[in-house]
Amino acid sequence: MSESSASALPPGRPSRQPAVHSENLSLDSSCFFSPPVNFLQELPSYQSIARRRTGVLSQDKQSGTLLKSTNSYSSQLKDRIAANLSSQSIREYALNISEKRRLRDIQETQMKYLSEWDQWKRYSSKSWKRFLEKAREMTTHLELWREDIRSIEGKFGTGIQSYFSFLRFLVLLNLIIFLIIFMLVLLPVLLTKYKITNSSFVLIPFKDTDIQCTFYPVSSSGLVYFYSYIIDLLSGTGFLEETSLFYGHYSIDGMKFQNFTYDLPLAYLLSTIAYLVLSLLWIVKRSVEGFKINLIRSEEHFQSYCNKIFAGWDFCITNRSMADLKHSSLRYELRADLEEERIRQKIAERTSEETIRIYSLRLFLNCIVLAVLGACFYAIYVATVFSQEHMKKEIDKMVFGENLLILYLPSIVITLANFITPIIFAKIIHYEDYSPGFEIRLTILRCVFMRLATICVLVFTLGSKITSCDDDTCDLCGYNQKLYPCWETQVGQEMYKLMIFDFIIILAVTLFVDFPRKLLVTYCSSWKLIQCWGQQEFAIPDNVLGIVYGQTICWIGAFFSPLLPAIATLKFIIIFYVKEWSLLYTCRPSPRQFRASNSNFFFLLVLLIGLCLAIIPLTISMSGIPSSKACGPFTNFNTTWEVIPKTVSTFPSSLQSFIHGVTSEAFAVPFFMIICLIMFYFIALAGAHKRVVIQLREQLSLVRKHSPRGSWWQAFTQDTARKVVFSREGVEFLQPSLATTSSKLCLQAQPRPASFIH
Amino acid sequence: MGGSGSRLSKDLLAEYQDLTFLTKQEILLSMYVVSAPHLVDEQQARSGNEHTGTPIAERANRSPLSARAHKRFCELLPQEQQSVEASLRAQVSFEQILSLPELKANPFKERICRVFSTSPTRDSLSFEDFLDLLSVFSDTATPDIKSHYAFRIFDFDDDGTLNREDLSQLVNCLTGESEDTRLSASEMKQLVDNILEESDIDRDGTINLSEFQHVISRSPDFASSFKIVL
Repeated sequence: MSESSASALPPGRPSRQPAVHSENLSLDSSCFFSPPVNFLQELPSYQSIARRRTGVLSQDKQSGTLLKSTNSYSSQLKDRIAANLSSQSIREYALNISEKRRLRDIQETQMKYLSEWDQWKRYSSKSWKRFLEKAREMTTHLELWREDIRSIEGKFGTGIQSYFSFLRFLVLLNLIIFLIIFMLVLLPVLLTKYKITNSSFVLIPFKDTDIQCTFYPVSSSGLVYFYSYIIDLLSGTGFLEETSLFYGHYSIDGMKFQNFTYDLPLAYLLSTIAYLVLSLLWIVKRSVEGFKINLIRSEEHFQSYCNKIFAGWDFCITNRSMADLKHSSLRYELRADLEEERIRQKIAERTSEETIRIYSLRLFLNCIVLAVLGACFYAIYVATVFSQEHMKKEIDKMVFGENLLILYLPSIVITLANFITPIIFAKIIHYEDYSPGFEIRLTILRCVFMRLATICVLVFTLGSKITSCDDDTCDLCGYNQKLYPCWETQVGQEMYKLMIFDFIIILAVTLFVDFPRKLLVTYCSSWKLIQCWGQQEFAIPDNVLGIVYGQTICWIGAFFSPLLPAIATLKFIIIFYVKEWSLLYTCRPSPRQFRASNSNFFFLLVLLIGLCLAIIPLTISMSGIPSSKACGPFTNFNTTWEVIPKTVSTFPSSLQSFIHGVTSEAFAVPFFMIICLIMFYFIALAGAHKRVVIQLREQLSLVRKHSPRGSWWQAFTQDTARKVVFSREGVEFLQPSLATTSSKLCLQAQPRPASFIH
Repeated sequence: MGGSGSRLSKDLLAEYQDLTFLTKQEILLSMYVVSAPHLVDEQQARSGNEHTGTPIAERANRSPLSARAHKRFCELLPQEQQSVEASLRAQVSFEQILSLPELKANPFKERICRVFSTSPTRDSLSFEDFLDLLSVFSDTATPDIKSHYAFRIFDFDDDGTLNREDLSQLVNCLTGESEDTRLSASEMKQLVDNILEESDIDRDGTINLSEFQHVISRSPDFASSFKIVL
């Protein structure tokens, strides 16, 4: 490689490193951002400035006419760099500060020869960039918990830091959801209630429904024991039931302001739809980057080794012990990967007999997994039914503990199930003989499904209880009004209980399990058992599942209990500090470290699954189950969803027919088919690009093998290797340049498009 | 920020902001690093604590101490005591830079110092070299700059390409510094073969800068791991 550069540039120029290296860099790197120093000194503009301090040299931007070119390739290089001197920001050159200063001086003297307009343009673009930077600097100060997360990153690496960033994202999401609900539902109610604006409530007109449907017994107030307040606080019954915490409070048809009537049912429904859509869009936006990365990565393990080796070391680690841990985890990971490769080769060499045996074993074990899941779901169903039935009986006469137990029975069963099943799954998967990476992923997937499906089972059990009545009394109101006069409030209470219990469990586990464990390990480390057990590991998947579980509860419950997102925000804030404390003082990081890029995609994928699983019960309850006639804003409608058709029918007729047209099948089916066609087109395009990349690579290696080791060919192959990057974006750029001579190469080289990932 | 911060003139600060990716605060903080090696020694001698040095940000907040340290640093330079310019041109030896907590735990610390040093003997860093270092490792540096310098850091024999020996040395740096933490010879060979298979486009057995930058551009973890936070 050294001969190439030596011929391109005149010898004897001082360079700051051994000559071979810097001159290699000048040709190896792209034309656009690493001009070597000695080349700069050849620029005529610099030379003439050096010779004549004053001097009005008329030259155009290209400055190509005065070059003493040694060979055509390098002169084109200089052309290109001179042209780009103006557009490139100084700091993006890979030079040290003194050289950048020289470059900037050249730029500034060049600027003097430009027209007024160009000068002003460049000056304004510079000041605009500076302003943007200042603004960016200021907004980073506003970031929540920036210092905490940075210090965690320094001490524990980017894997654990991504968990805390995810938690911060959920806090913000819940805050925005609560703001939406507040703006649309709570604010008008509060304004009217406290007479801040001159408005009045419009009560729901009395409709001709059976008096039995509207009968809503208020909880008896007699001799109330003190502990009943605690029970009410923990379960949402009693004095909490009529507050604005639950759906039943909003039994209003609207608010009459001066000029218009504010339609509360419509606002309530729209707020639900708005927060679901907002969550979906925000999560998808955040996961798009991670998805792209994972899509590339899943292509035949394209990058795994290079990524681990070149980007493996976290340069922000400052702690010696953390560095040792990182060394050992990298070792472990590399060994595991090499091992996995060997296992995969072994698998590929399996005989058909063995394959049949393995597959039948896997089928059997998957049936066991399904059986376990089924058993857990059935247990939750039974617990929910039991709890609902006994809640209605003489609850005041029961003992305090028994009372709470019955109220919280579903939550307790769910938590127990979520505790036992991961252990069972981890045991089962050993026998299924997968590669280690796949094992981990499958176990996590099963645990995720288990956790999130339990909530759905609970909600469906409630739904079935609400709509099932003995002796046909459901025909009267559409639901079981004897047991559930205001069923939305009761569903809201269940969600509230789940959330409170989840919060209590997280606090209790940290305080009463992790902390004593750490004390034991510190002070009684001589016991063999303690040594084996060790400190609690900060297991990221379990922690993430926990908070996604909490978020799913919040999504489902926000419709039935408008204040629930606010409670969720507070809960996540407290959990952040609790987890941070627990990480710093009671946990040791696990030897298997998560990579940040992997983690981001995994977290958001799990969150998306949670969102989808939350939308299902909501849609069924909004459109399938009749809304309760005794409370809430929807007493006048058959179902909650009916508000929308009724509102649409008040629109002008042209708009109505447009909406009817858009939502009819005649529109939906062709729309769906067009979307499918577009998707197939993009899939085909991606496949074609992949094939082109493979072909170009082969072409490159052929060119290198069969070419003489001359300067032109070396430069050619380097540049073509550079253009393999472009092939994803613009394949057509490559074909012509492969056929042309070197002098055309640089001129044809397009500005580097935005990188695929960043 | 103490006396020494205000000594750096506004023009100089603005110039450094133009030429590097650092913010004003980071440039001021790094001034303390140039003076702080003395502070670190003093602290360690007092507390006898070997392992932890306080990060730069914490040190900078103790203004009176840092001002004293900077003054002491200036005292080392006999004639140019007054001007800030001269202290900026002073060379700090590798031992002092390597004792910084940000670099102490880094297996590539010697390579980093060697790559960024512009002195003729390549054994010391000036303040501007240090600013360069921080700029390349900062959050806002472009991926191209980072991959360019990463290539030079990983190129242990400085020949412009990453060959098998460079890669083996790189892996050894990653897995640990003692003898028993190294991979076995067969594992190393398998690993280096895999790396070359993934990144060597023209199949010549070495990775040059273009191939390296190509591989890095598709590496999702690079941007987040190749940074040093002040």
